[in-house]
Amino acid sequence: MQASDRFNINSQLEHLQAKYVGTGHADQGRFEWAVNINRDSYASYIGRHPMLAYIAIAENESIGRERYNFMQKMLLPCGPPPEKDED
Amino acid sequence: MDPLDDELARAQEERRKLEEMVPMAPSAVAFDADLYGAAGNKRFEGYVSSIPATDDDAEDDVAPLPSRQVSSITGHRIAMQDLPRDSEEDSVGFTKPQKIIDREDEYRRRRLQRIISPERNDPFAMGEATPDPSVRTYADVMREQALQKQKEDLLKEIAKKKEEEKGKTVTQEPAPAPKRRNRWDQSQDADAAGVAKKPKIGSDWDAPDATPGRVSDATPSVRRNRWDETPTPGRLVDSDATPGAGATPGATPAGMTWDATPKLSGMATPTPKRQRSRWDETPAAGSATPATPSATTPAVAYTPGVTPVGGVDLATPTPSALNLRGPMTPEQYNLLRWERDIEERNRVLTDEELDAMFPQEGYKILEPPASYVPIRTPARKLLATPTPMGTPLYSIPEENRGQQFDVPKEAPGGLPFMKPEDYQYFGSLLNEDEEEQLSPEEQKERKIMRLLLKVKNGTPPQRKTALRQLTDKAREFGAGPLFNKILPLLMQPTLEDQERHLLVKVIDRVLYKLDELVRPFVHKILVVIEPLLIDEDYYARVEGREIISNLSKAAGLATMIAAMRPDIDNIDEYVRNTTARAFSVVASALGIPALLPFLKAVCQSKKSWQARHTGIKIVQQIAILMGCAVLPHLRSLVEIIEHGLVDENQKVRTITALSLAALAEAAAPYGIESFDSVLKPLWKGIRAHRGKVLAAFLKAIGFIIPLMDAVYASYYTKEVMPILIKEFQSPDEEMKKIVLKVVKQCASTEGVEADYIRDSILPEFFKHFWVRRMALDRRNYKQLVETTVEMANKVGVADIVGRVVEDLKDESEPYRRMVMETIEKVVANLGASDIDARLEELLIDGILYAFQEQTSDDANVMLNGFGAVVNALGDRVKPYLPQICGTIKWRLNNKSAKVRQQAADLISRIAIVMKQCQEEQLMGHLGVVLYEYLGEEYPEVLGSILGALKAIVNVIGMTKMTPPIKDLLPRLTPVLKNRHEKVQENCIDLVGRIADRGAEFVPAREWMRICFELLEMLKAHKKGIRRATVNTFGYIAKAIGPQDVLATLLNNLKVQERQNRVCTTVAIAIVAETCSPFTVLPALMNEYRVPELNVQNGVLKSLSFLFEYIGEMGKDYIYAVTPLLEDALMDRDLVHRQTAASAVKHMALGVAGLGCEDALVHLLNYVWPNIFETSPHVINAVMEAIEGMRVALGPAVVLNYCLQGLFHPARKVREVYWKIYNSLYIGAQDALVAAYPVLDDEESNTYSRPELMMFV
Repeated sequence: MQASDRFNINSQLEHLQAKYVGTGHADQGRFEWAVNINRDSYASYIGRHPMLAYIAIAENESIGRERYNFMQKMLLPCGPPPEKDED
Repeated sequence: MDPLDDELARAQEERRKLEEMVPMAPSAVAFDADLYGAAGNKRFEGYVSSIPATDDDAEDDVAPLPSRQVSSITGHRIAMQDLPRDSEEDSVGFTKPQKIIDREDEYRRRRLQRIISPERNDPFAMGEATPDPSVRTYADVMREQALQKQKEDLLKEIAKKKEEEKGKTVTQEPAPAPKRRNRWDQSQDADAAGVAKKPKIGSDWDAPDATPGRVSDATPSVRRNRWDETPTPGRLVDSDATPGAGATPGATPAGMTWDATPKLSGMATPTPKRQRSRWDETPAAGSATPATPSATTPAVAYTPGVTPVGGVDLATPTPSALNLRGPMTPEQYNLLRWERDIEERNRVLTDEELDAMFPQEGYKILEPPASYVPIRTPARKLLATPTPMGTPLYSIPEENRGQQFDVPKEAPGGLPFMKPEDYQYFGSLLNEDEEEQLSPEEQKERKIMRLLLKVKNGTPPQRKTALRQLTDKAREFGAGPLFNKILPLLMQPTLEDQERHLLVKVIDRVLYKLDELVRPFVHKILVVIEPLLIDEDYYARVEGREIISNLSKAAGLATMIAAMRPDIDNIDEYVRNTTARAFSVVASALGIPALLPFLKAVCQSKKSWQARHTGIKIVQQIAILMGCAVLPHLRSLVEIIEHGLVDENQKVRTITALSLAALAEAAAPYGIESFDSVLKPLWKGIRAHRGKVLAAFLKAIGFIIPLMDAVYASYYTKEVMPILIKEFQSPDEEMKKIVLKVVKQCASTEGVEADYIRDSILPEFFKHFWVRRMALDRRNYKQLVETTVEMANKVGVADIVGRVVEDLKDESEPYRRMVMETIEKVVANLGASDIDARLEELLIDGILYAFQEQTSDDANVMLNGFGAVVNALGDRVKPYLPQICGTIKWRLNNKSAKVRQQAADLISRIAIVMKQCQEEQLMGHLGVVLYEYLGEEYPEVLGSILGALKAIVNVIGMTKMTPPIKDLLPRLTPVLKNRHEKVQENCIDLVGRIADRGAEFVPAREWMRICFELLEMLKAHKKGIRRATVNTFGYIAKAIGPQDVLATLLNNLKVQERQNRVCTTVAIAIVAETCSPFTVLPALMNEYRVPELNVQNGVLKSLSFLFEYIGEMGKDYIYAVTPLLEDALMDRDLVHRQTAASAVKHMALGVAGLGCEDALVHLLNYVWPNIFETSPHVINAVMEAIEGMRVALGPAVVLNYCLQGLFHPARKVREVYWKIYNSLYIGAQDALVAAYPVLDDEESNTYSRPELMMFV
């Protein structure tokens, strides 16, 4: 940790990550980042009714169904995590 | 006008005369100050002219009053109080560290009498196995406790019997025997002593856990008289002895403790001999080492005869001979050291020494005859005249290298400095030579000691590493060795706050690591930590709570209860008190429900009232500690203790009522239903009890009534009121306070009507409480004022004020002050509309009298009261204003500075009302008077005068002000030079006001002059002054145009002093804001061309402040300053870039959404390369600039800058980029959704977001 970090919010990365789940760190991989991006995206769609309605029309589904689907997708938005290489 | 002016002139004349007379006073005749002492022998002021007889006197002169000089010269004293004092007690950082023991009272010092009990069996660790008989189990402890109690009872019985017998003997022979020299001898009756002796002799050694220090505990029933408590060093050792312990009085008079000192003083050895320690104690076979004071470590505070006692106690390292014997003061310590020295010289010669002294041939060493018995009676020994044979001739002593004098030995191996009192603990660290032949156990011990010493006395880095090592290796060291070393240290009598804090910290850390291994040591730790719970220092209490709560989490409830259960009915009140507090901490740590069953059992204990008392006290402490968190368990807690209200023991009843009060206070305003069951016994109890119990019951009622519904509150109040009214006349101070409090609580509840209070309470209340005596005690005073104000809220102003208004003319000043404070509060709360014409007259008359008659008013009660009343009456004051102003003018002319100051302060309080009354002429007149007093020499008074002028100017305006502004302001310019804070503040406020509202009355040249003075004021310590100064710059610049002011300010950027420069930059920014930036920017940017670091930085800083202040207006100037910022952001100097970055931040935040994105992106390109800076201020400024850009440009733009480095191969780079990403994410999480890059899917993972591609 750098000396400057003592003064800002990054001083306690763990704390930060506990508070804001989507924040990242230098050792984060593509998968973790993408998961966060996708979850944020789904949350954003669900949170905006016009957006949800738009997607519902495009997919020819009901709005409620779309909302449910997005919620379900938030569980594993990008599929199973890749195998960790043991190195 | 004319007569007034005459009067003023006369008064001024008088004052001048007085001033001239002062130098003629005899004290001013010059003589040699060195010879005769300056101003009346002040040289010896710091010394004590006589030696105090007792130690008590030392406490009296803690705060010596400043010596009085001629009474008319009070100024220096007043000035002294205002001067910033660095060297005295005010300076927090550099005071001598204080020993804890020095600030403790007698009760708290009892902590040192407790022993660190040996560790106990941990049944959880044992499993099913029966504990080894040598290990102390819970049963053992309980048995010991019972034994102790029995002994206590027996001793009490004996004491009682003795008392009776003494009564008999006294009646039989009224003339006491002549040999009795004081009344304490009387307990020395031979037969009585005989009786007392038997149990006593056994007690010292037989009691299973008795260490020498415990002796005094053994007989607390024998009233400790105050001689016991004065720790005169000579008696230190013997202070434990009970009267009965001595030998028969006739034969050995010196055996008696009290007699010993005076007799000895006449003899050859002036040191108080410590006979008892050496001779009186029967050495327990094998356990006590022979008491030769010349033993191994002479410098260590090693007193003979107090080596660790055998048996169980071997497990406990007795911390020191000294601290077991009671607290020590530094004087005692010195005395002891000195005594040790003397003893060392007068010690008994050993055989080797005798061998060396006498010739080898021609002498024969004889065996002592078989019948020889050495003299054991100490008195004989003392009385024996020293034979000349015994005094050897002087021989040059051989140098003993191993001997330690009081010079601290150089500590080996980088150990920190040891204080003399540390030797007894850490002495063994000094002989490092034997390190190799130590067993691993001992080596471990050494290691712990070394670390502890570093924690205790070391430098901060040493301390830190030692603390870390102790924590890391805690389990490796083991609980036993660790606590055996730490805990005795905490019992050290010379411990200081800081040291205790550090050691407690060690325990805390170690506890965390050891976890369940601490179980056998729980009681040991509690003995040491519990006293912290009643420490007067708040932080110590918090620390104690933290430790105990961690301890209970580590050890578990069962162990905690097992450890503390025996202490619950300990005979010593101190132990029970601290145990109750510790239990409450356990309850808060482990939850109240966990403790409830145990508490229930304890509170119903049939065996002893002490247990019930402690149990109920635990509930009280829980309520105090946890506050409203008791609410869920309120009913069960009340149920547990309710039976205590009808307990047979008075103390239990009292504590029960107090606990209920605490519970009700904690639960307020909820939970009345939980108290239903106790209402009846409480209200019945107040009719049955008197004194202390009644007070406690009333207190409980006082806290319960506010919880009730209006109807019930009214009913119960009426029930309790007769008792309260009866107790109004109680002489007991405690009762008075409680009654006042309860009346306040009753009066403030909704259901109690005004009529009831007016008719039933007020007459008696005023008769008994509104008396002069009440004003003398601070707490009574406060409580009475509060209660009266509360009643006034119910019954209205007129009733209360009407009753007390006459007392404003009372002859006692404290009483007048109390009346005034009450009136002030009542009138401020309720206004003055209730006050009729007659009362108004009386009131004004009264406050004028009280104001004039005051002699000392440190809290400004009179002033505030006057102000409050006048403001509340508003324009009704008009008829009285001439009188009031007359008083003020008269007092402005007073000889005493304080009076003048108060008069001036009063003007500023009533100025607004004077305006309301259209007394502008009068105010103008006052303005002239004040103007004349601007030559005032006392800064406090001058400040008040300036404040009064300011108040007048504020209300009557610049044009109507007399003296005219053009005369007033030039008079203020020299005052600006005054360095006194109060003067500065008031003066700058006044000048700023004039600059703001009436600048045109003053020529520009005068304003420039003021500008130069103001520059100096930028250095003021008080922020308010600096702020006012900076604002004034703005006003002046507005009034006379910015050019001249700006030139002055820009010149000021060249000065060396940083604070001055900072303030200047702020002033420039303010000027820019008030006069529009375009008037300032050209000159400012031109100044950047000066090739000087400070100036350039100053310019950048001004820009930063400027853009912060002008906000949106910045959009017109951003293109103008961009080239300058470009240059600054590329500068080699860090500070340039830092300041420029913060300017960019303010700029970006100001112009967000105003269409300046092109310039901002351009600037961001210059800011961005600085993200890898490491200097904290620079990187902070850069990050903030980027945050500003996020707001102004939107997160998508910044994200695009960010993406390039998030997965950079170099970790250092990634770290920085992720940091930026994180703050971006926190700031604009949602907005980023649209801006994330498109990620391609991989074999099993879908990263794409098809929803964003959809199109209808």
